[in-house]
Amino acid sequence: MSFWEYANPRKFMALTDRAMPWLFTLAGVSLVVGLVWGFFFTPNDFRQGSTVKIIYLHVPSAMMAINVWVMMLVTSLVWIVRRHHVSALAAKAAAPIGVTFTLIALATGAIWGQPMWGTWWAWDPRLTSFLILFLFYLGYMALWSAIEDPDTAADLTSVLCLVGTVFAVLSRYALIFWNQGLHQGASLSLDKEENVADVFYHPLLLSIAGFVLLFIALVFYRTRTEIRARRLYAIGLKERMANA
Amino acid sequence: MPDLGTYAVEVLSAYAVSIGLLIALVVVSVLRGKRVKRALEAAEARLRNG
Repeated sequence: MSFWEYANPRKFMALTDRAMPWLFTLAGVSLVVGLVWGFFFTPNDFRQGSTVKIIYLHVPSAMMAINVWVMMLVTSLVWIVRRHHVSALAAKAAAPIGVTFTLIALATGAIWGQPMWGTWWAWDPRLTSFLILFLFYLGYMALWSAIEDPDTAADLTSVLCLVGTVFAVLSRYALIFWNQGLHQGASLSLDKEENVADVFYHPLLLSIAGFVLLFIALVFYRTRTEIRARRLYAIGLKERMANA
Repeated sequence: MPDLGTYAVEVLSAYAVSIGLLIALVVVSVLRGKRVKRALEAAEARLRNG
């Protein structure tokens, strides 16, 4: 059986109908356990005090803000190359989730930055590229809403997604490119020496798993809604033509 | 409740904002999903009944 069979809306609906209850349950459990563990059962940091507890929200949301855009890039490319409607609708469905994660990352970053850096905001490379990514998310959603024909909207938003990818990549690698600004290095790395201490690391991993699972569950749910909305649009067109 | 020291307001507000946004995202997604599903069922019923 080919992976591309899931581009068939019926197959996608059948698969996601079975998977969603499990995904929502796993996401809820991972998020609750990860956040409760991080908030109640980890010590304060010797330098940052209790603000270190913000890591369980800030790091997963920032990581997912970029990853959601990458997922939108892949599905947009699939739309451009293979014209699978489910793919374009999955990108549309993911954008509001991505913008929410980006907003959480920006808000928690500002709240964390104020006591640690003495300012809510700085025009630092990572912060600035993240703000531009947030604006790209808003622009992407606005473009979908502004165009009535779904195929034209999918074409134009896919191009916008390709352009915005520059800022998604910059958000991830800004520290390496410029090596300046207030934002510290990565909290998680394949190099174990650079990771946060184990006492913070394990609940952080669980919280990240919760954000990832919540994203997958929500993107399935929202794509199903978009598939239904697309069918509704087609029926509406048919009715209008019959009445004309 | 853990001892949050002098940064209690910052930590609690970060959690409140984030959890509030996540709940709002789920609620908005579910409400729209239900609305679209109802509208599609009504449209398909109209289509079947001519």
